[in-house]
Amino acid sequence: MKRTVLFEEHQELGASFVEFGGWEMPVRYTSDLAEHHSVRKAAGLFDISHMAEFEIYGPEATEFLDYAVGGKPSTIAENKAKYQLLLSEEGGIVDDLIIYHWKPGRYILVANAGNHDAVAEALKARSANFQVTIDDITDAYSLIALQGPRSLEILQNIPSLIEGIEGVAEMKYYSGTFMRFKSANGRVDVELFVARTGYTGEDGFEIYVPNDFATFIWRALLAHGEELGLNPAGLAARDTLRLEAGMPLYGHELGLDIHPAAVNLERTVAFDKADFVGKAALQASAAPTRKLIGLRAEGKRAPRAGYPVMHGEKVVGEVTSGVLSPTLGYPIAMALIDIDAIDADLTVDIRGTALEVSRVELPFYKRQK
Amino acid sequence: MSAPSNLKYSTDHEWVLFDGDVATIGITQFAADQLGDIVYLDLPKVGTMIKAGTIVGEIESTKSVGELYTPADGEVVELNQDAVDAPDTLNSDPYEAGWLIKVKLSDPSQLDSLLDEASYNAHIGA
Repeated sequence: MKRTVLFEEHQELGASFVEFGGWEMPVRYTSDLAEHHSVRKAAGLFDISHMAEFEIYGPEATEFLDYAVGGKPSTIAENKAKYQLLLSEEGGIVDDLIIYHWKPGRYILVANAGNHDAVAEALKARSANFQVTIDDITDAYSLIALQGPRSLEILQNIPSLIEGIEGVAEMKYYSGTFMRFKSANGRVDVELFVARTGYTGEDGFEIYVPNDFATFIWRALLAHGEELGLNPAGLAARDTLRLEAGMPLYGHELGLDIHPAAVNLERTVAFDKADFVGKAALQASAAPTRKLIGLRAEGKRAPRAGYPVMHGEKVVGEVTSGVLSPTLGYPIAMALIDIDAIDADLTVDIRGTALEVSRVELPFYKRQK
Repeated sequence: MSAPSNLKYSTDHEWVLFDGDVATIGITQFAADQLGDIVYLDLPKVGTMIKAGTIVGEIESTKSVGELYTPADGEVVELNQDAVDAPDTLNSDPYEAGWLIKVKLSDPSQLDSLLDEASYNAHIGA
């Protein structure tokens, strides 16, 4: 298993670890619930350095990206980002990505850890006819996510952030900027790429740090964030947070056998582009027979991934993710349901017990702005 | 998180406390820590006859579902309603307030194969 640069920091903070996408990652430091609530109420700090990152540049970088992914990265202005799908030739989902236009003509493409190799191979194969360079920078950068309503204050509370911090309050969601971090003694002087993105449903930032400086930045964030309620948070909290926010997770809501329209992501696919991988297959395909919807139940018992969704005695779908929502206090789930059953009376078969569920709009949780 | 010495343990991470032919059963601190924050318990009703090695209940955390096995045959004579009402008790006090069920044993000798504290600690690598 791979370890991030911050592994020893997590050990010192008392983390328990779990294997995720080939990496040994902190699943929790103290309590899943406490970390979840910390992110909703104040802020949480996540090490997400396991994510795969590729830098893409060269004379035909934008043409390549428009061909390689579902949307139009060529329309991403400098300092902006877009959520994208990497489609297979068959129109399935190889991975979901964020593409940042971080420097003039240079992009970073961020993919899921577990899909690192599949994404790397797809990018390489698709680049054959383009003048483009694809650098795998996964092992050069650490990625630290600062998430929660007090994230902005926490960044502003760090005296060593001396350049690029001025405009941070006005930074829009899905944009990014470089900030210079210079410690008081001058020993640490590094440029960070700070993006207002995240996977929790809260305001927050994802910070790209060259590996050599990751420990220092992680400690600085915790030190200056503590008085504002910041706590380190693990993958368990990250999963319950993203689920409440209705965000898909690869392997659950997304996969090679999933049609983008089934998971309400057709808006990310630009059929008006001349050509892109997956276009022909998607245009030729029938509309998907299932659709991703939100479900809620009463009580404390949660539908879990893989449990059948029933209409009477008939299986009409499957739960993709589910949990007793820490914020809402009732069970929530996302499920892929036969289109003709999405408004029917549904139950989830919880290991032999039928749990009544009702359809609700996604996301389950939306932050107050 | 060493396990207490007055209890016996199963390899499935249950602990057992004997009082004559009645066994009190719970899960170990190790099991609770592995599950994370416990939010739901499904325990067998009083009067249920349970069989050794079978799943008799479920322990859900935010992250996963754990199964409760019974190490011996018997009849459930009491369940811990306080723990059902406040499942996080299993995280904070798994060996005392977080007990789960009491079972009147049909054949106490079934429990001879349980682990003592040292063997259990070795089993979990503590």
